[in-house]
Amino acid sequence: MAEFEFETEGVVKKFMFLNRKAPYGTIYALEVLETVLISAAFDQEVCLAFVDDGVYQIMKGCDTAETSGMKNFSKTYRALEGYDIEQLFVEKESMEARGLSEDNFIVDVQVIPASEMATLIAGQDVVISG
Amino acid sequence: MLHIVAKSPFERNALESCLRLSEPGSPILFIEDGVYGALDNTAMSESVKTAMADRSFYVLSADIKARGVTEQVIDGIELVDYEGFVDLVVDKGPSNTWL
Amino acid sequence: MNIGILVNEGPFTHQASDSAYMFAKAAIAKGHQVPRVFFYYDGVNNGNKLSEPQSDDRDLVKLWGKLADDHGVDLVVCVAAGLRRGIKDDILADGFRISGLGQLIEAGMGCDRLVTFGD
Repeated sequence: MAEFEFETEGVVKKFMFLNRKAPYGTIYALEVLETVLISAAFDQEVCLAFVDDGVYQIMKGCDTAETSGMKNFSKTYRALEGYDIEQLFVEKESMEARGLSEDNFIVDVQVIPASEMATLIAGQDVVISG
Repeated sequence: MLHIVAKSPFERNALESCLRLSEPGSPILFIEDGVYGALDNTAMSESVKTAMADRSFYVLSADIKARGVTEQVIDGIELVDYEGFVDLVVDKGPSNTWL
Repeated sequence: MNIGILVNEGPFTHQASDSAYMFAKAAIAKGHQVPRVFFYYDGVNNGNKLSEPQSDDRDLVKLWGKLADDHGVDLVVCVAAGLRRGIKDDILADGFRISGLGQLIEAGMGCDRLVTFGD
């Protein structure tokens, strides 16, 4: 099939990667992170949201040494800043429900209540949710 | 923003999170195993009925029929076919799918 | 309206691919365009031509291919996700092509809507 030619010249949209799944138990967190890194090349307004088990994606101290050899991608979240992806949000209710605080996270995040997260989600042009 | 709920509320928190993280006034569409969230006389019915005060709910008819639970749908939740699903996507703005 | 679709699961195990296919067909029937369907995660398995469902079951790989053929839908299998799962050009079904994740972002930018189907 021929590639479809999109009109994307000058288009800047609000993209949210809405992370709701824990890392390592499934591949979603790793593969969405690969998408996030690629998105940086397109100069869009990108943000990441961590809700539900998604908050476990940014835990400090992940060590995959005793697994089958799963790639430890936790440090990649710290590299996002270098890609100008600096809007990282954590839903307060999800964080607290898991007994966590900001100190547990490997990156600087903005912790916001569910009501603000709802408004943030509603304001996006594209939500890629895992 | 159209919210699409695709998982059973008895297996996952997709519906619960959707209700918590959708703004009042949002349209919510149940598809696939999400349709179990549209049923009456369940442990989730009251949450959905409460949310119906300021949100509009739809359920995909193909998926509710496939599961044999059409009769149990909460009064006031609208059945839509795939064309209705397309209309919701077109009319209600960008969508998020809760999995 | 241009509606892009993201399919995150393979055929058969999850309903995601069935739903995405039915949605795409309905959108086209209503006069909308579905310029691109992007297959990610296990969704890359939708492009495996070695898939052989039983004769009384739907053949999703072929259905997608026919949709591409009939309506010019660009079916893109993610290269990185595909390589991990052994989906390469030599087993790629008709109507599909393999490309990078940039094609997903581009669909998000260029379409009026991007609808996700997954697990």
